[in-house]
Amino acid sequence: MPKDQSVLLEIRDLRIEGYSDEQWIEIIHGIDLTLHRGEVVGLIGESGAGKSTIGLAAMGFTRDGCRISDGTVEFDGMDLTSATQSERRALRGKRIAYVAQSAAASFNPAHKLIDQHTEAPLLHKLMTKAESQADAVELYRRLRLPNPEDIGFRYPHQVSGGQLQRAMTAMAMSCRPDLIIFDEPTTALDVTTQIEVLAAIRDIVEQFNTAALYITHDLAVVAQMCDRIKVFLKGDEVEEAATREMLEHPKEEYTKSLWAVRSFQREQKPRPPEGSTPLVSIRNISAAYGDVKVLNDVSFDIHPGMTVAVVGESGSGKSTTARCITGLLPPTEGEIMFNGTALPPRYQDRTKDQLRQAQMIYQMADTALNPKKTIGEIIGRPLQFYAGLRGADLKKRVDELLDQIELEPSKYYHRLPSELSGGQKQRVGIARSLAAEPSFIICDEVTSALDQLVAEGILRLLDRLQKDLGLAYMFITHDLATVRSIADEVVVMKEGKVVEAGPKDVMFRPPHHPYTDLLLSSVPEMDPDWLTNLLNERGVDNVGEAAAASSGGN
Amino acid sequence: MTAFTIIYFAFLITASCAAAFYKYKSALLLLFTLLCVSLLAGLLGGSGVLVNIAIGFGLLAAAGGISYAFRESMVQILPGEGAKLMRTAPLTAAFGLLVIITYVIAAVFAPVIAPFGEAEVVGASFAPADDVMILGGDQLGRDMFSRLIYGARNTVGIAMMTTAIAFTIGTIAGLVAASAGGWVDQVLGRIVDTLMAIPQLIFALLLLTIVGTSVVNLTLVIALLYSPLIFRLARAVAGNIVVMDYIEAARLRGEKTWYIIAREVLPNITAPLAAEFGLRFCFVFLAISALSFLGLGIQPPTADWGSMVRENATLISFGEITPLIPAAAIALLTVAVNFVVDWMLHISSGLKE
Repeated sequence: MPKDQSVLLEIRDLRIEGYSDEQWIEIIHGIDLTLHRGEVVGLIGESGAGKSTIGLAAMGFTRDGCRISDGTVEFDGMDLTSATQSERRALRGKRIAYVAQSAAASFNPAHKLIDQHTEAPLLHKLMTKAESQADAVELYRRLRLPNPEDIGFRYPHQVSGGQLQRAMTAMAMSCRPDLIIFDEPTTALDVTTQIEVLAAIRDIVEQFNTAALYITHDLAVVAQMCDRIKVFLKGDEVEEAATREMLEHPKEEYTKSLWAVRSFQREQKPRPPEGSTPLVSIRNISAAYGDVKVLNDVSFDIHPGMTVAVVGESGSGKSTTARCITGLLPPTEGEIMFNGTALPPRYQDRTKDQLRQAQMIYQMADTALNPKKTIGEIIGRPLQFYAGLRGADLKKRVDELLDQIELEPSKYYHRLPSELSGGQKQRVGIARSLAAEPSFIICDEVTSALDQLVAEGILRLLDRLQKDLGLAYMFITHDLATVRSIADEVVVMKEGKVVEAGPKDVMFRPPHHPYTDLLLSSVPEMDPDWLTNLLNERGVDNVGEAAAASSGGN
Repeated sequence: MTAFTIIYFAFLITASCAAAFYKYKSALLLLFTLLCVSLLAGLLGGSGVLVNIAIGFGLLAAAGGISYAFRESMVQILPGEGAKLMRTAPLTAAFGLLVIITYVIAAVFAPVIAPFGEAEVVGASFAPADDVMILGGDQLGRDMFSRLIYGARNTVGIAMMTTAIAFTIGTIAGLVAASAGGWVDQVLGRIVDTLMAIPQLIFALLLLTIVGTSVVNLTLVIALLYSPLIFRLARAVAGNIVVMDYIEAARLRGEKTWYIIAREVLPNITAPLAAEFGLRFCFVFLAISALSFLGLGIQPPTADWGSMVRENATLISFGEITPLIPAAAIALLTVAVNFVVDWMLHISSGLKE
C-alpha cells in the first residue's frame, strides 16, 4: 500500500513573543515549516534557539508568558492559531501527541502506567477501557518492553528510565496520532539505554506512518532519526536540508561549526614513572548506602597534573567514588591517600587545608550556586574562608578569577546566578573551586547539561587551567566524546567495580573489555546508517542486553 | 417611589447597558446581578434597603478609588525596584498596604491623634456619640475613639512582638533541625509534637493562670505556643534547600553549621516565611483578642480591642453597634494583612498570569 504523503502540518511565518521586564519581546522571528505525513523532521540548535517553543507551537500551544503574535499553524487544513480552546483540546492527545524530555517528571507518580495510557483514548471516546488496555499491551510489545502483559500495572518509579521513556512513547501512540512531537526524548538517558529508545521510536513511527517533529541538540541522534533537518539559532532558521545532504554539505557557517564540534582534543600526557607518589590514591574502597553495597573494592591513582576520566552508566558508582574522596560518604573499607598520607574518612574530621586541596565542580550549575548570592560573593567566600582576604584585596582576587574564567569582572561581579546562562554558571562554579587554590578538582558531569558548543568552551577552559596551574582532574562522565578530548587515563566502572583502567590511547584501541566495548559502540555517530547497522550487528531484540552478552566488536 | 429610587435604578440600568456595549463581561454580570437583587430587595424591603446597598457599594468604590490612588502615587514616589513591584500589585494588595500603614500610624502617634487619654473618663457611661466623643463612650464613660486608637498600639504592638518572637524561636529551631538532621532533628521534632498535642487555647489559659497575666508573660506564652507551627514550616522549606549542591559545597569547604544556616539557607526561605509571618500575625492577633475577651489577656485599664468588645457587649441587646467597632477594626486588619500575604505568596511562587 503506498503511504499517504500529503502535507500534514504547515507553519507559515510564525512569530512568538515572550513577556519579560514588562514588555513583549519577539523570540521566534518568522519560521516556516512543512511536514508531510510519515515524515520525521529534526529541529536542532543550542538552548535558547527556540526549538521547544516551535515544537509546542505546532500544537497551537505556548508556554506561560508567551504568545503567538503572527503567522499561521495549519494542521490538516485547520488553523490552530485561530482555533478555539476546545477545538485545540480535541486535537491534543488524539491527533497530536507530545513526548517530553523527562518521562519521570511527566508521568503522574500516583497512577499506574496503563491507567495513564488509557486516559486519552477514553477521554476522546475512541476505545473502551478493555480495548485500550489490550492496545496498550500490544504497543508495549512493539516497543520491546520486557513483560508487556504486566509492565503497565506498575507505577512509574518501578520501571527504569529507558523503559519509562518507551512507555511514554507508547502512551503518545495510544490514539494513533498523525503527529508526535518528541522533545529531547533521550537526552537524559545513558548511551546504552538511548539506543533502545531510539530504535523503538524509529520503528513505531515507521509502522504507523506517523509524522514527527524531533527536537534535540544531539546531531548524531538527529542523523539516525530524521528525514530532514532544520537548524535554528536564536529564533531564526539557519538552514534546512535532507539529512544526508545536510551532514555531507552543510552550507552555513553556523551549521559547519555545529558539525565541527568535538574537534577539541589535546595531547595525552605520559604516565609518570613507576613509584612516584600519586596525588590521590584510592585504595580498595568499598561503600554502602545503608545495607545496599554500591562500591566494591575500587582502586585507582590520580597523578599530579593528570586527568583521569571515570566512565560508566548511571548507577555504576562513579559519583559515589567522588563522595568517598570528598568525605561525604565514609567508605566501609579501604582508604583515600592524599600525597602519601591517608585522609580521615569523614570530611568533618579533615583539616581546613585538606578540604582546600580537593575541590568539586557539579553537574547542575543551577543547584550548585546559591541563587540569592551575587557572583562576587560566591567566588569571594572561599578566598575569605581559606586565605582570610578582606576588602580591596578580596575584590582584586575575585576580579582576577573572573578574568581567568573569561567573564568580564565589572559586568558580572554584582549579578545573581539567575541572570547567567548555563555555560556562564558552570564557569562561576569553576572559579569558586579555583578560589580555594586546590591541587585536585573533581568534575562531576560538568558538561552533560550543556550544549555542545558551550561544553567545548568549558573543556578548553579546564584544559588551559590545568596547564597554567598544574591541576589534577577526576572527570566523571558518561559521555565518551568528552573522555576522548580531555582524558589522560580512563577508568571504566560498572556496578560499583572497576572494569577496566589504563591510559586513554590503550583504552580506545581494541581489544576492549566487553563492557567497555558496549559503551564505545553505543555512542551515536554522525553516519545516518549507524543505528541500522548497529542493530543488525547486535540483533534487533533487546539491543543492550544482547550486546552485553555477546560483545562482538565492530 | 422616591427620587432616590428612580436615580438608583436609572444609574444601574445605564451602567449595565454601557458595560454590555463596551463588552466588559465581568462588570456587566456584576451590575446586572445587582440590578436583579435590588429589584427584589426594593420590592420586599422598600427604599431603605436600597440606600444601604448604595452606601455599601459606595464604600467599596471609595476603597477601590483610594487604593488605586495610593498605588499610583507609590509608583511615582518609590525608587526603581519598589515602583516596579507596586505597578504589578493588585488593587487588593494596595488596599491592604494602605490599611496596614494607617494602623501603624495610628499606633505610633496614638497620643497625638487621640483627643483624650487612654483611661480618661470623659462623660457618662455608654454616652451616645456627639461632637466631643465621636464614637460615644464606653461602660465607664471613656472615649471610645481614643481607646480604639490606643488599642491599635497595644493589640497590634503586642501581636507583632509575639509573632516576631515565635518566628525567631521557630525559624532557628527549624533550620537547626533541617541542617543538623539525625538525633537533633528527632529531639526537636518530638518536643514540637508534644506542644502541638495540647489544644492551644486551653494550654494558653493554663499557662497564664500559672505564671500570671502580665504583658511579658502573655507575649512569651503565645510565642511559645505558636513557635511549633513555624518550626514545622521552616524545617520543611529548609529541608528542600539543604540537599542542594551549594550547601554541599559549603559543607565541604569546612563552613560551620551556623554560617550555613544564616548565610546559605536563610536567604532562600525568606519568601515563604514572610508570607507565613503575615498569616501567623493574624492568628496571634485573634488569639490575644480571644484571651482578652476571656479576661486573661491584656489587663484593664489598658485599651485593647478584644476586651473592648467584651466590656461593651451589653450594648448589643440595645441595638447599638459600638461593641462591633473594635471587632471591625480587628476584622479589617486581618483582611488587609491577608490581602498583602496573598500578593507576596503570588510573587514568591513566580506565577506570571
